[in-house]
Amino acid sequence: MALDDLRTKEFRVVGTRPIRPDGIDKVTGRAKFGADVTASGMLHGAILRSPHPHARILSIDVSRAIAEPAVKAVVTRADFAGNLEGEDWNVLENIMAGERALYDGHAIAAVAATSALSARDALKLIDVTYEKLPFVTDVDEAIRPGAPVIREGAADESVPEGLHPNIVRYHENGHGDVEKGFAEADLVIERSFVTEATHQGYIEPHACLAQLGPDGKGELWCCTQGHFAAARICAKLVGIDASQLRVTPSEIGGGFGGKTTVFIEPVALALSRKANRPVKIVMSRSEVFRATGPTSSASMNVKIGMRKNGDITAAEGEFRLQGGAFPNAPMEFAAMCAFAPYDLEHVRSRGWDILCNRPKQAAYRAPGSPMGAFAVESVIDELCNRLKLDPIEVRLRNAVKEGARAAFGPRFQRIGLIETLEQAKAHPHYMAELKPGQGRGVSCGFWFNHSGETSVSLALSYDGTVSLSVGTPDIGGSRASMCQMAAEELGIPYENVRTTIADTGSLGYNDISHGSRVTYASGLATIRAAQDTIRKLCARAAARWEIDEEAVVWEDGHARPAGPNAGEFEPLSLAAIAADMGETGGPIAGHFEITPNGAGVSFATHIVDAEVDRETGAAKVVRYTVVQDAGKAIHPSYVEGQYQGGAVQGIGWALNEEYVYGDDGCLQNAGFLDYRMPVASDLPFIDTVIVEVPNPGHPYGVRGVGETSICPPLAAIANAVSNAADVRMTHLPMSPPRLLKAIQEKELG
Amino acid sequence: MEYAAPATLDNALALAHETDGQVRFLAGGTDVLVQLRSGLFEPDLVIDIKQIPGMLDVTRSPEGAWTIGAAVPGRILGTIEGLRDDWPGIVEAMELIGSTQIQSRASLVGNLCNASPAADGIPAMVAAGATVSIAGVDGLRTAEVADILMAPGQTNLKKGEIVTSIDLPARVAGSADAYLRFIPRTEMDIAVAGCAVNLTVKDSQVCTARVSLGAVAPTVLLVPDAATAICGTCLDETALNDLAAACRAACRPIDDKRGTVAFRTDIAGVLARRAAILAYRRAQERESA
Ligand SMILES: Cc1cc2nc3c(=O)[nH]c(=O)nc-3n(C[C@H](O)[C@H](O)[C@H](O)COP(=O)(O)OP(=O)(O)OC[C@H]3O[C@@H](n4cnc5c(N)ncnc54)[C@H](O)[C@@H]3O)c2cc1C
Repeated sequence: MALDDLRTKEFRVVGTRPIRPDGIDKVTGRAKFGADVTASGMLHGAILRSPHPHARILSIDVSRAIAEPAVKAVVTRADFAGNLEGEDWNVLENIMAGERALYDGHAIAAVAATSALSARDALKLIDVTYEKLPFVTDVDEAIRPGAPVIREGAADESVPEGLHPNIVRYHENGHGDVEKGFAEADLVIERSFVTEATHQGYIEPHACLAQLGPDGKGELWCCTQGHFAAARICAKLVGIDASQLRVTPSEIGGGFGGKTTVFIEPVALALSRKANRPVKIVMSRSEVFRATGPTSSASMNVKIGMRKNGDITAAEGEFRLQGGAFPNAPMEFAAMCAFAPYDLEHVRSRGWDILCNRPKQAAYRAPGSPMGAFAVESVIDELCNRLKLDPIEVRLRNAVKEGARAAFGPRFQRIGLIETLEQAKAHPHYMAELKPGQGRGVSCGFWFNHSGETSVSLALSYDGTVSLSVGTPDIGGSRASMCQMAAEELGIPYENVRTTIADTGSLGYNDISHGSRVTYASGLATIRAAQDTIRKLCARAAARWEIDEEAVVWEDGHARPAGPNAGEFEPLSLAAIAADMGETGGPIAGHFEITPNGAGVSFATHIVDAEVDRETGAAKVVRYTVVQDAGKAIHPSYVEGQYQGGAVQGIGWALNEEYVYGDDGCLQNAGFLDYRMPVASDLPFIDTVIVEVPNPGHPYGVRGVGETSICPPLAAIANAVSNAADVRMTHLPMSPPRLLKAIQEKELG
Repeated sequence: MEYAAPATLDNALALAHETDGQVRFLAGGTDVLVQLRSGLFEPDLVIDIKQIPGMLDVTRSPEGAWTIGAAVPGRILGTIEGLRDDWPGIVEAMELIGSTQIQSRASLVGNLCNASPAADGIPAMVAAGATVSIAGVDGLRTAEVADILMAPGQTNLKKGEIVTSIDLPARVAGSADAYLRFIPRTEMDIAVAGCAVNLTVKDSQVCTARVSLGAVAPTVLLVPDAATAICGTCLDETALNDLAAACRAACRPIDDKRGTVAFRTDIAGVLARRAAILAYRRAQERESA
């Protein structure tokens, strides 16, 4: 799947900024989100949740709830599949507790009743007897000797012998001899870092409507980033065949990774099967906080050696991430991404996946990478300060380029890190003078980007317009980009294409909208499906003209004879061919199915200015510039939106957002009042610069852009704040109490 | 749950008196509705007071005293001729509450009767020496704002008593107040600490002062030592330091998700200094005007 050389030259639709097709629906409120779906005879589900961080469930007595006339079904773990293993079992155990409640908010039982209020009331009639168990919610405490063991025997074969049983996976990468490298350095700095768990904070709480009959046939409407994956896992969890469960995704009010898995959907299905009526479940915000998947919290050590000239001689990192009471915290991504921007002779990176009594972490935009970058880029900043070197120059000196060996192993293909650094260096922001009390921070960031299973179908209508079906929910304006790519290939106006997110019954399997893969993979498949369509259109023209198919070319939306030898014919437009497709061979549609392997990695450089009130510890971001490689920006506005969104989520994570667990092991701030996401007035305008170094793995050069934008902010902001306050901040968020304490401790010496 | 919107004070008092179960009054509802929906309580009767005559009125007596009806939305306060001139701190405290939407409903009396230790309106009212008019089946009474606060979420209003208004005394020349709070964000947050300073200056000297702190104790505090620290001074650095020290000494905060004991205590002093400087500057302007 190589870059189409032709296509890098001139674009007609790609690179423009048309209005998004779903825009009017969204601003008028007509768009149907998860909670907007209803069915006749529908019941309302509600979920009983554990008030304890860790407890054995001795008994669940549902008889009083069942006796209520409004209650039509109650389910517990016994109503789900009993033969699951691996990640399927993990997901089931997370959405409905088995023998033990593993965190505050863990689902214990669920009720379906004739109204939402009676369902909620009925929860109070379920009698659960718990035996409270010791708990641990902190990543470092979870591996101290004597810390309560979350699950015996959960460690896989990667974990060396003798470690705490809460360490369930281990990862190592790197090359060279770090000790030798450190010995060559003029200055070595080693520091420890902590980041707290944060939530994606999507506007729309999870919501679904499920219908499952005793015949094992079901329908599910839900708010998800991946309905094919939802169908697969839901079918497993309730024990039916995947193809018997048709899943239709709603519009999505944000996901950022948090809607790549299921929480309420299998519960609604199980309730529906028991009641034999459709069941709707809508999570409250506090349920979202307590029982969906935030990102991991992390504890990290990083050591880097540098020569006086800015060359990095060696780098070493240790990354401990907790992912709740289940394996798969993205510690290997932290360990792999952290050093990715730098061409290092000696590097070693290790990761530990740790269990504790918190909800199962879910993906959050470049899982693992932001924390790793925070630790590494903070140490680089400190090295630059101490050696009096310019932080961008130092990064340029050490930056990876095509052919360099990544710290995590492979050699990079064409990449644009240096271009982002050059553009950052030349940006007016970087030259602007700082006011007293302000500091500047710079950071690079890296994300792999993903490809995944992709299937696309493109059908012509008789009037020459085009219906494009993709299987990747639109979480960031992708329908507009798909319309643009189809229109570009076919040579028709953008407005002539409508992109639909097809349900699981209408298209081949599609991986989730995650890993920044949609514009890359569904885009690639769209382009190839359009090319497939064009071949068919050319064949129809050839048949009409009675010449060889090879003698027909497609240009500017028309079939034309390839050259003078092919004969003299009036070009045929797409509309003209479509108008009589019924009689000329049948409906015309193009298809493409693939798991592509050329998702280009992407890099970014961020510049941040922050201001610190030394008396209160309040930090404010006053200027922010994102420079990132998009490969090719299909719709530049949505690329800029992704850049800005990553920066904004990073500002929240760096300054105030955090999961706060109390001494009781329960989440203290399950709401937006005390889980402090930034509000609009907390933010400066986020300036963006799109760098375009084409990805050789995509016909137009596209790289994913959605995740890389959240990789540098934690470090860039921490560097800015540390420089403004003249104290190195190593614990995120840098909330006012933390920052004030650090300032005061430094002042006291 | 029943809902009533009586058209007279007598009707409201009678309804509240006769109902056996839990009664809640509803002014703007920005606390009541949130607490209802989160299942914090299940009242038997909610009495909306907005139809009662006077509840939405703001009046100024010929002597200059203000009466602010119990359901007057915060948004209105800043638009009333002369109120901001007399009580800039009260108005700015109300304007910090929530957002435009919230302020177009939220009232000072609701803020007071909800009795949150972190309420933004209360320190300003306490510093102002405001009183409340209270109606009950047994008649009318008045009380100092500070005196009706008992504990977090608790006032000493008797069952069925309705606060009808907040009453602010007449101003003498050279008087002004100020309220500042600390929140980690710029809006839509809860005070980690708050401080109101109300003072009168004559010839650049502070002659009277009242200082009040929010969110650093179970109830909003009046801090007489803090007032003593600045009275008779020109708010020089020593006075400001003494003020901050007195405020910090008065703090009895808790460690929670919003802030630590050390942080809250520290910030209380910082806010006191800043609020005093602001009130002092305003008072000087009003002295010369
Ligand atoms: C999004 C949001 C943001 C907020 N931000 C802030 C903030 O920044 N700062 C802050 O301090 N508060 C804040 N609040 C809380 C709330 O808005 C304020 O406390 C407001 O002043 C309450 O006024 P109200 O008229 O809405 O009260 P209501 O909700 O109507 O009543 C509050 C309490 O007072 C009682 N009550 C009302 N009227 C009377 C009466 N006449 N006599 C006796 N009892 C009475 C009620 O029974 C109830 O217990 C916020 C609330 C929301 C929803």
